[in-house]
Amino acid sequence: MVNVVNLLFQFLDSFAFIVLAAIGLAIIFGMMGVINLAHGEFIMVGAYGTTLAYNAGAPLLLSIPVGVLATTVMGLVLERSVVRRLYDRPLDSMVATFALGLALTQLTRIVFGNSLSSIGIPLGSVQYGQFSYSMYRVLLSSVALAVLAAAYVVFTRTEFGIRARATIQDADTASAMGVETDRMYTVTFGIGSALAGLTGALYAPTMSIVPGMGSSFLVEAFVAVVTGGASVLLGTTLAGGGLGLVNALFSNVYGTFIGQIALLFVAVLILRFLPNGLSGAVEGVRERMERENT
Amino acid sequence: MSERSRRAFLATGTALATVGLAGCSGGGGGGGGSAGESGDEPITIGVLEDRSGNFALVGDPKHKATLLAIEEINEAGGINGRQIEVFDPDPQSDNQRYKELTERAIQQEDVDVLWAGYSSATRETIRPTIDREDQLYFYTTQYEGGVCDHNVFAVGPTARQQLGAVLPYLVDEYGTDIYTIAADYNFGQLSADWVKVLASENGANVLDEEFIPLSETDFGSVINRIQEADPDFVMSMLVGANHTAFYEQKASAGLEVPIGTSTAMAQGYEHRRLDAPAMSNIFAGVNYMEEIPTTRNTDDGGFVDRYFEMWPDAPYLNEEAQTNYFSVYMYKQAVEQAGTTDQEEVKAALESGITYGAPEAPEGEEIALDGATHHVDHHMWVMRCDDQHNVEAVENRVIPEQFLSGTVGCDLTQEDEETQYTPQDYYEEAG
Repeated sequence: MVNVVNLLFQFLDSFAFIVLAAIGLAIIFGMMGVINLAHGEFIMVGAYGTTLAYNAGAPLLLSIPVGVLATTVMGLVLERSVVRRLYDRPLDSMVATFALGLALTQLTRIVFGNSLSSIGIPLGSVQYGQFSYSMYRVLLSSVALAVLAAAYVVFTRTEFGIRARATIQDADTASAMGVETDRMYTVTFGIGSALAGLTGALYAPTMSIVPGMGSSFLVEAFVAVVTGGASVLLGTTLAGGGLGLVNALFSNVYGTFIGQIALLFVAVLILRFLPNGLSGAVEGVRERMERENT
Repeated sequence: MSERSRRAFLATGTALATVGLAGCSGGGGGGGGSAGESGDEPITIGVLEDRSGNFALVGDPKHKATLLAIEEINEAGGINGRQIEVFDPDPQSDNQRYKELTERAIQQEDVDVLWAGYSSATRETIRPTIDREDQLYFYTTQYEGGVCDHNVFAVGPTARQQLGAVLPYLVDEYGTDIYTIAADYNFGQLSADWVKVLASENGANVLDEEFIPLSETDFGSVINRIQEADPDFVMSMLVGANHTAFYEQKASAGLEVPIGTSTAMAQGYEHRRLDAPAMSNIFAGVNYMEEIPTTRNTDDGGFVDRYFEMWPDAPYLNEEAQTNYFSVYMYKQAVEQAGTTDQEEVKAALESGITYGAPEAPEGEEIALDGATHHVDHHMWVMRCDDQHNVEAVENRVIPEQFLSGTVGCDLTQEDEETQYTPQDYYEEAG
């Protein structure tokens, strides 16, 4: 028997996880073409910043911005010192960020040991009949939506967003038009880092705080970015919705193992039959409709 | 982005995901003789325990406790007057590295005895090398059980001993309907089989079981399924940092069913790391954890004091650490009894029935190494965690190893074997 409320909550939970896991990676990759293989470690830094602030006595609502800030600063420093030298060399940038990820994990282990004591999950539960669900995990889906909306506004409705996108499309022309392309790259990387940090900060209370924790986000992040396709925000939203639904439905009926298998299987089907990803397919349909209307 | 770059991107992700799993088998040269015997030449002990990587949290205390035992023995004059030297590189939770380091320990360092590995996967990775070289080897993690091997002394408690401590207690206290959740690999699957065997022996029944991939961190649907089944208690054999999230999420969701476990608390000290009341009403079946109330353990100058005196910054003294500790002393006894470090003679001495007053055993009692099976008849404890995350003992008794000795009939004193037996071969329930 499928309990509809269970399914709804599991969907929201799964949607939030996929969107938040992917968003930082998607922005850095989609806007800059840099595959940040240290993405998981950026998330880990966000979680560590938050947990350390919380354990030092700060309330959770204050600890989350601390985690975000720590990750942003680290992202900016790494962009200035390492990543910026590798913008035209995608393979080199992969190797470099992979190495950064390894170094960050081990550095965290050396400095903070094998684990931190964790933050309990706040807000209690929603009770319905014999069932209940963690309120916090459900609420994360609204945060995911808010993050998507904010990113949409920043990249499409602000001066910065237009300059950033111009830089991505044609750096030389943008530069000739007076856009400081260097700064655009730095700020975009900073935003991607901040969002990875936010993900870590938000999931810190629900997970075990260990140096390798970032890797548990990687599969969802990469699968969502690939199945999402070229359009960063539309792709991430569709991937979160589509894959989240598949994952929730199959987890609900057959268990988490089949849930994970189903998610990966659907990702393979999408790549096979919609080679431009979900957003590519949607945009294709839109273009066809526009052509028919003219 | 173009299709091509997306494909490349996907390939990258896949390659990244497999890096952790990849391994190629390096061929090892044969050879390696045993060291010459002499009165004051040091004894070399190989200690391969994880201090980084996935298992660092649980492996690091094993390494530290082994060094404690060795330091104590050296300070008291060594073994038969010979000091102990240690070969202890960090295998980094990497099975390929374990394989290489095991070969190196045996062939180049010429270790007299080897302690190595946290997971069963690691043990099975190096066991062919161990058996090829006839290396005396102590495996000290609590594990699924069933290894009957001439060279292997699996001295940690088995699943049947751990679950056999806690499951009957919970049946008595809470009722007969059990729901099993377990990590989806060798250890979790076999442990779940043991839950079925023990349930049947104790007049209980397993309503349902779910095997959860080690990478899973989202337990919403698992919690809902437990609520739907409405068991009297849950048996949890979840493993690793990702699965720890289950306990936080079930507390947040308000799931209050009692949980029995062979994996939580004693190894990864979740009751210290997680915010209360995540571990409330969780019952661990264990041979040891830091809070075991024996005089050898918690009295002034006891095991806990000595450990933290040597390692003041250590976070916790876990189940496996004690097993490493007492097995070093068992080795000492065996060498003294044999009068040599010749490995076959030490194995024979270990098989003669060694006992030792380990910290897990109450004052006046000793735990016994069973020569026939190379396993230990442990003093087992049921430890309950309350909503403040204080841990107390609610039951304790000696539980002998039964599967190899009683059911399989493994007798290594009579016949050399190198086999791992599983419950499916012997029990209908486990099929």
